[in-house]
Amino acid sequence: MLDLTYDTPKPKVIAGAKHDWELVIGMEVHAQVASQAKLFSGASTKFGAEPNSNVSFVDAAMPGMLPVINEYCIEQAVRTGLGLKAEINLTSAFDRKNYFYPDLPQGYQISQLYHPLVGEGEIIVDMEPGIARKVRIERIHVEQDAGKSIHDMDPHMSFVDLNRTGVALMEIVSRPDIRGPEEAAAYIAKLRQILRYLGTCDGNMQNGNLRADVNVSICRPGQYEKYMETQDFSHLGTRCEIKNMNSMRFIQMAIEYEARRQIQIVEGGGKVDQETRLYDPDKNETRSMRSKEEAHDYRYFPCPDLLPLEIEQAWVDDIAASLPELPDEKKARFVKDFGLSEYDANVLTAEVVNAAYFEQVVTQADDGKLSANWVINELFGRLKKDDCDITDSPVSPAQLAGIIKLIKADTISGKMAKDLFEIVYTEGGNPEEIAEARGMKQVTDTGAIETAVDEIIAANPAQVEKAKQNPKLAGWFVGQVMKATGGKANPKAVNDIVAAKLGL
Amino acid sequence: MMSDLTKLKISEARDALRKGDVTSVELTEACLDAIAGAKALNAFVHDTPEIAREMAKAADARIKAGDAPSLCGIPLGIKDLFCTKGVASQAASNILGGFKPEYESTVTTQMFNDGAVMLGKLNMDEFAMGSSNETSAYGNAVNPWRRGNDDAALTPGGSSGGSAAAVAADLCLGATGTDTGGSIRQPAAFTGITGIKPTYGRCSRWGIIAFASSLDQAGPMTKDVRDAAIMLQSMCGHDPKDSTSADLVVPDFEAMLTGDIRGKTIGIPKEYHMDGMPEEIEALWAEGRKMLQDAGAKIVDISLPHTKYALPAYYVIAPAEASSNLARYDGVRYGHRAKLGQGDGITEMYEKTRAEGFGPEVQRRIMIGTYVLSAGFYDAYYNRARKVRTLIKKDFEDVFAAGVDAILTPATPSAAFGLGEMKDADPVKMYLNDVFTVTVNLAGLPGIAIPTGLDKQGLPLGLQLIGRPWEEGDLLNTAYALEQSAGFVSKPAKWW
Amino acid sequence: MSIDKETAAKVAKLARIKVEDDALPALAQEFNDILGFIEQLNEVDVDGVEPMVSVTPMRLKRRTDGVTDGNMQDKVLKNAPDAREGFFAVPKVVE
Repeated sequence: MLDLTYDTPKPKVIAGAKHDWELVIGMEVHAQVASQAKLFSGASTKFGAEPNSNVSFVDAAMPGMLPVINEYCIEQAVRTGLGLKAEINLTSAFDRKNYFYPDLPQGYQISQLYHPLVGEGEIIVDMEPGIARKVRIERIHVEQDAGKSIHDMDPHMSFVDLNRTGVALMEIVSRPDIRGPEEAAAYIAKLRQILRYLGTCDGNMQNGNLRADVNVSICRPGQYEKYMETQDFSHLGTRCEIKNMNSMRFIQMAIEYEARRQIQIVEGGGKVDQETRLYDPDKNETRSMRSKEEAHDYRYFPCPDLLPLEIEQAWVDDIAASLPELPDEKKARFVKDFGLSEYDANVLTAEVVNAAYFEQVVTQADDGKLSANWVINELFGRLKKDDCDITDSPVSPAQLAGIIKLIKADTISGKMAKDLFEIVYTEGGNPEEIAEARGMKQVTDTGAIETAVDEIIAANPAQVEKAKQNPKLAGWFVGQVMKATGGKANPKAVNDIVAAKLGL
Repeated sequence: MMSDLTKLKISEARDALRKGDVTSVELTEACLDAIAGAKALNAFVHDTPEIAREMAKAADARIKAGDAPSLCGIPLGIKDLFCTKGVASQAASNILGGFKPEYESTVTTQMFNDGAVMLGKLNMDEFAMGSSNETSAYGNAVNPWRRGNDDAALTPGGSSGGSAAAVAADLCLGATGTDTGGSIRQPAAFTGITGIKPTYGRCSRWGIIAFASSLDQAGPMTKDVRDAAIMLQSMCGHDPKDSTSADLVVPDFEAMLTGDIRGKTIGIPKEYHMDGMPEEIEALWAEGRKMLQDAGAKIVDISLPHTKYALPAYYVIAPAEASSNLARYDGVRYGHRAKLGQGDGITEMYEKTRAEGFGPEVQRRIMIGTYVLSAGFYDAYYNRARKVRTLIKKDFEDVFAAGVDAILTPATPSAAFGLGEMKDADPVKMYLNDVFTVTVNLAGLPGIAIPTGLDKQGLPLGLQLIGRPWEEGDLLNTAYALEQSAGFVSKPAKWW
Repeated sequence: MSIDKETAAKVAKLARIKVEDDALPALAQEFNDILGFIEQLNEVDVDGVEPMVSVTPMRLKRRTDGVTDGNMQDKVLKNAPDAREGFFAVPKVVE
């Protein structure tokens, strides 16, 4: 369990012409379930295939075709629910959401309106060390994705590709607990992180595998607290839904724009219409979606091709038992067990692969802070330069731990360690052997240093005299010794010996 | 000789094939000839003689090799609602004009795997919506039966009207039907043949063009009960591609036909005595009751109190499901697409395509279904209908729990009526045809119609037996006993 | 409950079926006939009755996660009224 305590962030306040306004934001995130095959057909979910090649007759809604559920998709959604500390409904059911669109071949989407698989949960959204927002999850339901319509290939026609049709989605619906654009982005980031830890969604926003509908409303300060007390939405403003956002940056910009738009309307004496809007990143504005279905009437009803989905508690328990350690727990453990700052722990646990790498380093190097510094600053910095991520790292955790151990044992200097890291990074090899073979080890043998100091003193009587008058010039001798030893001498030992020999 | 071959029952043909008295090729050719000579019935709407001959040859080889299931070499007709690979399958609708599926329905796959021969596709009401085969895009199918010497064309019933006409006129040895509210049993009764709708979930719905998913079931339409048992055997079974298909063992139905129903309890539901029902049907029903009693069954009067509400519930549930099931016919991926005018966009394409492609009855039901599901009406109509459905099912559960093995009712409220006779009636009048059959679909039960007599005008009349869920074998045996007693052997006089 | 011309037009629109204006009154009348018939359901006492979920209750069968289908662009497009370059083509959809 998380034992890091946190304070609640202040809501974003926007000053209108007349009043201050607060933002209230709820999110509906569509996360593509990581699975081989689609929710109700055996076609592949692979991205980027030839158009209409990952399509079965079921996906194309050929006459007489019927859905059969992919159990793994359900397992993934249950896993996600457990990861969000949510209740799992042992009985859920699928409903049809009816509307016409060329990339919706059935003329309906199979979804879960009345009885979702997952009920209430929560996400702790970290803002900065010690500050986090608890966002309540209302529900998660499982549904089919639609296909893709391409509008720019021909001036008069739209082209339809059904590869994506029927891929399983989890719709993760939050309560309106998010209080600003930055929190919204942080919410997505945290949710994405948890999904990736769980392995239930790859979180690839660019491919649309994680996208959000953002509900934005504004209220006067104090109103939100009234809502929280009563759960009565009438304390809040009318919300607008900004559809289909797949960039954290745009999400923030869209919220900011939308809030200001609503403030302007309300302060001008108008009323915000509850509607669906689209964000245009080129113009940085939201606009009303020409209600393509005047008064959306989806005519939901239970899908008669499927029976209710009954799952067993024992199965849920098995999934729960196999859950990985999640970001909050991992972060707390890193702080506690390795003495990391919350900031460093945050960075290291952002991606589960990074955290795993770090843990391998730290268990071998046995120094939390040093390991964190080296992983975050040297390794991540170097990888970034090459545009690589940790899975491509040419330096293994054992190699990095080897370098850190050499530093810890004072065998190499910090500067030398950086050179050694670069060699290991580009050429590979055992750090200790390289340090040895290339003479990178620090000389801590005082006899050898003394000899070198004696030689330089003997060769430079004039400098000795000057130094005796001005002890600051001792540094020159230190430099000479370091030069003579090829930089391998332990600088502290050199300093001490030079001072003693010069009688300073 | 050749023309007599088509009069064979499946069981007789099977035995003759096995003995080597006849070949499947001979049987098939005889049927193809009969079909060619019966265009006036408009029963077969897509003939597949090449496929039939190929299949017959293969069946003959198989029979010769000694590996022959009962259906091997038997020429059958297939309702147009079944998707048959590479063969037009358009649910008698213009909206599926030109559609040739790249797949084969599970039910036909199973029958073809058993060696059955497909003669062609059979006429039906468009999307199985109708009780007279008058909503078909192919035009009416015609009943081979006529009223005495009157040559007015009669309906073979619907929606499986083509199947019924083809079997009654000996164009094929048996045919597939589907039944959503009575579409196997009502046409069977109108044409003097046998038709069984099995328990919901017995036959896979995969590859059968959907009308109302929670009600649709396939079943055989045959010349007698034994043939129904043989054909049903092949059609049934669990299909992992249909989530509502039952994973249950299918018993040997034919072996269960002993004719011994001593000790069975047959219920007679008082609510099936309808006002204005013809005297002849009341009499037929009473005779049936007596026959079963004479055969050793115990007859009890029972009550199914919610019977009256079955039709209205059906006319909420079936159109609601249909409105959604038929949304896929949008002109995008297959079938008809309307020619568009200047400036027409996607919405115009949908609206014109669907207005041109669907006939009036289908349009009407789609719109009713759309209305009852629309915002504000869902609870008042759809949910209420589902609750009534629960009550209707419970009516049956109660009588079965009280020891009733099967229920005897009339199959239809009248004999076959004339084509066009109901043209000006309001739609509800036509819906009343299903009044005795629709309860069975709502409760998911097996029901069978068998011919037991003729009316004064010489038209066949049928009775319906309703069985316990999954007990088709027992139901068939009761029907077999009734069939033995009734001894119905009449055939329509050939006029076509 | 009486359905007027406007409601009939709205339903037709929702069902994406073009109905000419002059056909609307007759359509509305048919709806009224059918709905009048359906209204009988209001006589039934359904208090405490669960709506039917599945007529033959059983456990929903599941598939395991494996790619067993697809890879048949030609068959998927074969019946299409207008297919181009591997896509289904439709009149331009304006967002």
